[in-house]
This record gives sequence, structure tokens and C-alpha cells, in this order.
Amino acid sequence: MCTKIHAFLRTLIAAAALVFAGSAAQAYDDSWPDLQEALFPGKTIANGDAFIRITAPERAYDAAVVPISIDFDLGKMQGIAVKSMTLVVDKNPAPVAAVFHYADETVNPSIGTRIRVNEYTNIHAVVEAADGRLFLAAVFVKAAGGCSAPASKSVADAQNHLGDLKLKVPKEAAADAPSKLELLIRHPNFTGMQMDQVTRNYVPADFVQKVEITHDGKPVLSIDGNISLSENPAFDFWLKPKTQGVLRVNAEDSNGRKFERVWMVPAAS
Amino acid sequence: MRIPSVLVILLAILATRAPADGAPPALDAQKIAPGVYVHHGVHEEATVANEGGIANVGFVIGDDAVAVIDSGGSPMEGRALLRAIRQVTKLPVRFLINTHFHPDHVMGNAAFVAEGATFIAHKNLPMGLLSRRDSYVAGYEAVFGKGSAKDAIVVPTHLVGDRETIDLGHRKLEIRAFPTAHTDSDLIVLDPTTKTLFAGDLVFLERIPAIDGSILGWLKAIATLREIPAERVVPGHGPITASWPAALDPEQAYFERLVRDIRKLIAQGGSLQQATDTVGLEERGHWQLFDSYNARNVTAAYTELEWE
Repeated sequence: MCTKIHAFLRTLIAAAALVFAGSAAQAYDDSWPDLQEALFPGKTIANGDAFIRITAPERAYDAAVVPISIDFDLGKMQGIAVKSMTLVVDKNPAPVAAVFHYADETVNPSIGTRIRVNEYTNIHAVVEAADGRLFLAAVFVKAAGGCSAPASKSVADAQNHLGDLKLKVPKEAAADAPSKLELLIRHPNFTGMQMDQVTRNYVPADFVQKVEITHDGKPVLSIDGNISLSENPAFDFWLKPKTQGVLRVNAEDSNGRKFERVWMVPAAS
Repeated sequence: MRIPSVLVILLAILATRAPADGAPPALDAQKIAPGVYVHHGVHEEATVANEGGIANVGFVIGDDAVAVIDSGGSPMEGRALLRAIRQVTKLPVRFLINTHFHPDHVMGNAAFVAEGATFIAHKNLPMGLLSRRDSYVAGYEAVFGKGSAKDAIVVPTHLVGDRETIDLGHRKLEIRAFPTAHTDSDLIVLDPTTKTLFAGDLVFLERIPAIDGSILGWLKAIATLREIPAERVVPGHGPITASWPAALDPEQAYFERLVRDIRKLIAQGGSLQQATDTVGLEERGHWQLFDSYNARNVTAAYTELEWE
């Protein structure tokens, strides 16, 4: 692929980054204006820094597993109800990592996930309010090679557990109180840029494409995923269960495999 | 100007490495036991100046043949290793053993093709090496220059799934493959004659271990390794020889700390980001290159342990 070009770019970008280190979004070779026009044609997007904060390591330790969280300052949202959020890794081959669609009664739209970063890049979160207004926040991350990194450190393990779902629920989770949950999905999330060592061809993209989360039969969160999400996609999200009820996750990958699991949330005491 | 001065320094370093007669230098390989030689890898990232020589590489001499254990981080280092062999013996290099697929252990392989050596590795090594080929080539060429990785990657064809013994002439070496630990292609080489164990990167000393396999698997491997009747070990990184099995203690303590603290954090609902920000930091003073690898190790360990 274009790893040689990337290596050269990295050198250039590293030099640029020295000058700009520490700032939020950075303006080198900025592909955002084109991306914005492609993703949100004709729309005006306001700066959302007043209430959106993106946290990611400035320099990622593992470009294939870069933790990122998008947090909302609920006290500063001035009545803005978040309808959806689009997470864009500007320089990745498939820049839209995920789109999160929220239920009407979301207690807190903050999300955490893990992404692949293919080269030094800005990452944008574009928030769509219920009234149609758009807001964005951005962060710059130094990492490279995350999309072509080999699939798994333990290939056999990954195959045996494909589609396993796990939900992390804090012990103190209770009815009528907000809790941050984390959903894990065992899936290689092949990017299409990884080499199959036997055939010497690239492994076809195969990724978690849709995740639907409901509680007590009512929608909580719906996620459109893509290859920029890490292997074994992980999502943390907030839930304020009105009562104890069944939390159901239905996931589907790009090959049509379906995965489903239910949990009682809060757990029976 | 900045860049030219760097170049001048690099050229000066290269110049000082060449002997006066113009012949390229041999690696400095020390005899650590009868017929057993090891060259010390520096605790740095690969550079032009160190020729990728950041891992320990060695060889064992029998009555009929030589076995090389890891070829180094570049064909230049591999050739310098071959010259070091030729300083002490004329016997053919019949075996080249790669302890796993990382570049600092395999990128010197090309130097031994003309020797007609049998290239031996763990059954998973070809898969591991080839699936990382693009990134290894890019990383190598970023250091040594465009096109420099051409022909550098030579994939072993004699593969070991469990155990195998090779004969160097009145001297046998025992080869043993391990389940996923440092990587999914780790193997070790024991020279029973001198009770010397070449552990590859299953043993790190001084330089911080890098987890590219499974932290729980590595802890299991450490327990298995302790049973091996050796008197000394050649770690993949660290001094060229160390006492056995005490050499396992520092990495075991580091891994046990990571497992304990990450499990605790996960039980408390702590995130991956919190883990990389906080776990393992007490070990900083114990390891070289700590800041380059600890958070990455924590990422690998956390994403493994969260599925328990």
C-alpha cells in the first residue's frame, strides 16, 4: 500500500508537529474542509468547544488501539439535545469511524471508544442537535500504522471468540441513577489493509457495522461502525435505567453475521 | 545548520567503526562458555549507527558445524556476526535459528543464505513475520533508507511445533517452541553441554519487556522456563549472560504488577486510558526505555484482561 509515502509524510508531519505540539486541532495539510463538505454538504458547523471535550493521548502507544473519549459538559449545553455524533479520523482511509444515534431521553451523550490511527491526524466529533444545529470539537493525535497493523496478537483466540459480547457495569449501578457502561465486542474488525500471510493478499474488510442497544425495550444508543474502530470494538456510554430491566445488544457485521446478548441492568441484588 | 551537523556526527561514527585496513568490522562476540559466543545488543531503538544491533545474538560451535541464534537487526549486522564467527572457526554455519519474528532478531537472516544454513523457527513465525512485513519494511527503510529492506527478509522454512534436537557434531542443541507469550512464535535453544539457555525475548533484563503476545501466556511461560535445567541464560535483551533462573525475576515482578493493578482497575470500572496513565509507573526506575513501552504494554495487558 502506501506505507512508504506514509513514512515520508510522517517525517514531514513530525517536523511540523514539533512546531505545533500541545495544541488541539492542527492545521497541517488540513483535509477537514473537504471532509466537512462531503459529510455535511452546505451546512454550517459551530465550534462546540464550550461543551464538548475530546480526550485522546497526544502520542498513541498503540496506533491500532487508541482510546478516545468525547465528553459533554452537561451544565453548559444551554438546552442542546444531542441527536447524533459523528466521529471522524480525518486522515484514515475510511475517515468516519462511527456515528452514534442517541435516544430522545439520553442522560449523557458522552462516549468512549478505541480507534485505529493510520497517520498523524486531526480527529473531529460533529454533534447534531435535535434542532438541526451542528457543533464540532477536534483533537490532534500522533500515531501511525493502525489500519495495517496485523489483526490479532493471538489469532486462534480471536476466531474462537468471534462475536462474544461483554458488558461492564459498575457495581453501584442502580435504577434511576446514571451509570457509565462499557460494551465490548469480540471481532477482528478487519480493515482491508491487513496482509493475509498465506495468500499474500489483503484480508477483505470485515467489521462491526451496526450496534443497537435497548433497555427495557426502549432504544438507548445505535451505532454505525466502520474500519477505523479497533479490533474488538469497545464503547462506553451512559444509561439511566428507570427500573431494573433487560439491556439488549444486537450487533451485525459487514458480512451479515449477527450477535446478540442480554443482561439484567441493574443486576439483581 | 542542524541537519548537516547531524550527518557529520553520523559519518564520524561510521568512520570510527571501520578498521584501518578498510575491511568491515566483525561484531564483538564474547565467549561466555566453551564454544558459546554472544554479542551484546545496545538498549536503543534501531539506528544507522547501531546497524539495528539492539538484541543479543549468538552462536554455538560443535565439532562439525555452527548454529547461529538470531541474526540481528540488519543484513549489515548479520554479515558482521558472520565475520565474528569466521574469526573463531571455519566450520560451516549449518543452522540459523530465529527465536521469534521481531526485526531485531531476523533482519540479519539474509547474511546466512549463502552459507547454505537451514533456517529454523517456530511454526507460527512465517505467519507473524509476513503479516507484519509491510510495517517492518517501512520501519526499516525509515532508518536505513529507501530500498534498503530489499531482500532483507528471509523467512525460515524449517518449522518447529514443539521440540526438536539438532546436532552440531558431538554437541546437540535442544529447541523448544512455546505457546503465545512475548509473541506467538517464541522458541528457546538449550545447549545441554554447557547448560546455556538462549531464551530469546522470553527473557528481558535491563531493557523493558515488550508484550506482543499475551501477558498471561508470558507468565505461564516463565513458570515453564523455571524448570529448565540451565546454569546461565542469554536473554534477548540485557547482559550477554545472566544467572538462571534468577534472570526471570525482574520481568515476572513487572508482569505480576501489571496484571494485579489492571485487574483491580477493571474491577473498579477504570478505563483503558486510565490504565495507560497510571499502571506500572512504579517500575519506571527499573527499566531502560520504560517510557517508550510501558503504556503500550498496559494497552496489550488491559485489552487481554478485560475479557476475563
